[in-house]
Amino acid sequence: MSRRVVILGATSAIAEQVARRFAAAGDRLYLLARNGERLEAVARDLGIRGAAAVHHAAAPLDQVERHRALLDAAWDALGGVDILLVAWGTLPDQRRCEADVDETLRQLHVNAGAVIALLTDAANRFAAQGHGTLAAISSVAGDRGRQSNYVYGTAKGALSVFLQGLRNRLHRHGVRVVTIKPGFVDTPMTAAFPKGPLWASPERVGRAIHRALLGGPDVVYVPWFWRWIMLVIRLIPEPVFKRMKL
Amino acid sequence: MKDAGYCSWGRLCARDQQVRPLRWTPAALEPEGRPLLGRGLGRSYGDVCLNDGGVLLDCAGLDRFLDYDPERGRLRVEAGVSLAAILERVVPDGWFLPVTPGTRFVTVAGAVANDVHGKNHHRAGTFGRHVRALGLLRSDRGALTCSAEDNPDLFRATVGGLGLTGLVTWVELQLKAVPGPAVEVEAVPFASLDEFLALSRESDGRWEYTVAWIDALGRGPRAGRGVFFRGNHVEGEAPAPRAGTRLAVPPGTPGWLLGPAAVRLFNALYHRRQAARRRRRVHYLPFFYPLDGIRHWNRLYGRRGFFQFQCVVPEDAAVAVLGGILERAAAAGQGSFLSVLKVFGDVPSPGLLSFPRPGVTLALDFPNRGERTRALLRGFEDRVREAGGALYPAKDALMSPAAFQAFFPRWRELAALADPAFSSGFWRRVTEVAA
Repeated sequence: MSRRVVILGATSAIAEQVARRFAAAGDRLYLLARNGERLEAVARDLGIRGAAAVHHAAAPLDQVERHRALLDAAWDALGGVDILLVAWGTLPDQRRCEADVDETLRQLHVNAGAVIALLTDAANRFAAQGHGTLAAISSVAGDRGRQSNYVYGTAKGALSVFLQGLRNRLHRHGVRVVTIKPGFVDTPMTAAFPKGPLWASPERVGRAIHRALLGGPDVVYVPWFWRWIMLVIRLIPEPVFKRMKL
Repeated sequence: MKDAGYCSWGRLCARDQQVRPLRWTPAALEPEGRPLLGRGLGRSYGDVCLNDGGVLLDCAGLDRFLDYDPERGRLRVEAGVSLAAILERVVPDGWFLPVTPGTRFVTVAGAVANDVHGKNHHRAGTFGRHVRALGLLRSDRGALTCSAEDNPDLFRATVGGLGLTGLVTWVELQLKAVPGPAVEVEAVPFASLDEFLALSRESDGRWEYTVAWIDALGRGPRAGRGVFFRGNHVEGEAPAPRAGTRLAVPPGTPGWLLGPAAVRLFNALYHRRQAARRRRRVHYLPFFYPLDGIRHWNRLYGRRGFFQFQCVVPEDAAVAVLGGILERAAAAGQGSFLSVLKVFGDVPSPGLLSFPRPGVTLALDFPNRGERTRALLRGFEDRVREAGGALYPAKDALMSPAAFQAFFPRWRELAALADPAFSSGFWRRVTEVAA
């Protein structure tokens, strides 16, 4: 029985790798992203890679008022949804956010507000159907605020807490809620950063996310070692932490 | 911008090189004062995949399938799709790569740019012969389709053109029908280069794939001994190697691990294992890609890396020239871990700068021991040139400009068709003297 999978932000490097795993398994996909031309290229590729069906729709996903229609269309096309993954996001320019509060609020909307809005709608659908897996890509950046990217961290931290509450709420409905926390991933979003041994390829991260969507723990760090790195980072006492350059 | 990790497979690195990862095919290329060069998976050994002082356009992220006709075996893919990804997709449908090099971790555009060859060269010719068409993005002319019919001059220049004619954006291949994933292999030991040539002559008609391993350290009575492998696709199942058990060589592995003593031991064991003629059925992966099972095997040569030497010489000169090279290498104590022999067929290569031509090809690798190794390889270059042979740019880091221009007399035609915004470390090295 093929799975029915919805991916929002499907043209991101990580989402595309996750989608390839579902495609190779012969699953049915519904893809959403802002850029229609790129989405078309991704959809075509996934069809050749073995997806039983690939539907797609281009839309600006941070426009909350459009969410209901987008999800209606996805549910109709697939006849119900087994797995829904929110993978869109942007990496704000921290310096710019410090000088421009409108930019900060815009980034919080794209990376947290709009995601939470979409998950709220999707959660009600999953609760009603009584099964399914709802997942979103958060970040290790949400585990503790650091001077180098705390606006991004704030958004991802909010998202992580929201998913935690949602998990608690939906558990009795038989719905699984998965929080995915990638560390450093070598994608266009991070092209400007110097790379070291902690960096992982989108392929490796995509493989781990695909596995997490099919079962296992509800909160996953990808790659796995970030669980321990973040444990140490969270354990540093605040009086020490505030003096550190992180 | 980043540089780390963008060295060549022989661990040659470029100075002042910027890298731009591409995930979407660009609509246009702007000249930017620094020379551009497309980059695949970096499996070229020397500087054809490097661009010191320039910009590498990293195409590994352009890895989408564009069109696939499983009835006719036609496949169109973006430039950065690897041969591994193609095999994974098409073998279950009864298709195979028409030509494959010894690693599947290369991109399709890299295979075109180096017009790579495989163990079936005597039947199928080079990779470029099976390219139906390709997309080329030029800084001066925009996006073009090139094939034997459309822009044929640019097609001939791009196949084997070392990435100099612009950015290859997609490639359409004609795949080859096979009965399944299994290959029947026969291993036949031989004692001399003459025996090798006789085995090749005898086998090339009946076997699709032929190649030989040779003991490059054998001296005296052992000189020229080796094992000849011949294979055909056959029906039936063959167990695939288990996934997820690939070995990896860690960074920082010391180079002395592959010193002469270790190589001698390896060769002795290998020869004993293969000493008896035997026939067996294996999965295509270990047959075509034995080294792909060890990730980062190039690290075995240590931080200083290694040089590959691959030449082709006319068959009537093969015993004298290749025998001389092997003898000289053994005498210098410069053991080659992997020494491969193959007789090329006379199927014409389609590119202006294609390396394969009728004759016998020998590939050796040498740990980089500085000037000692360079001097040895310069001597080999002279012998190959005298014999009317050629060296393989994809594996080269040392070829002299004069030798290159003698090996590839049509290089000026490629220079005329090259994209004015493109260049490479290799190209500047071998053309700037005479230009």
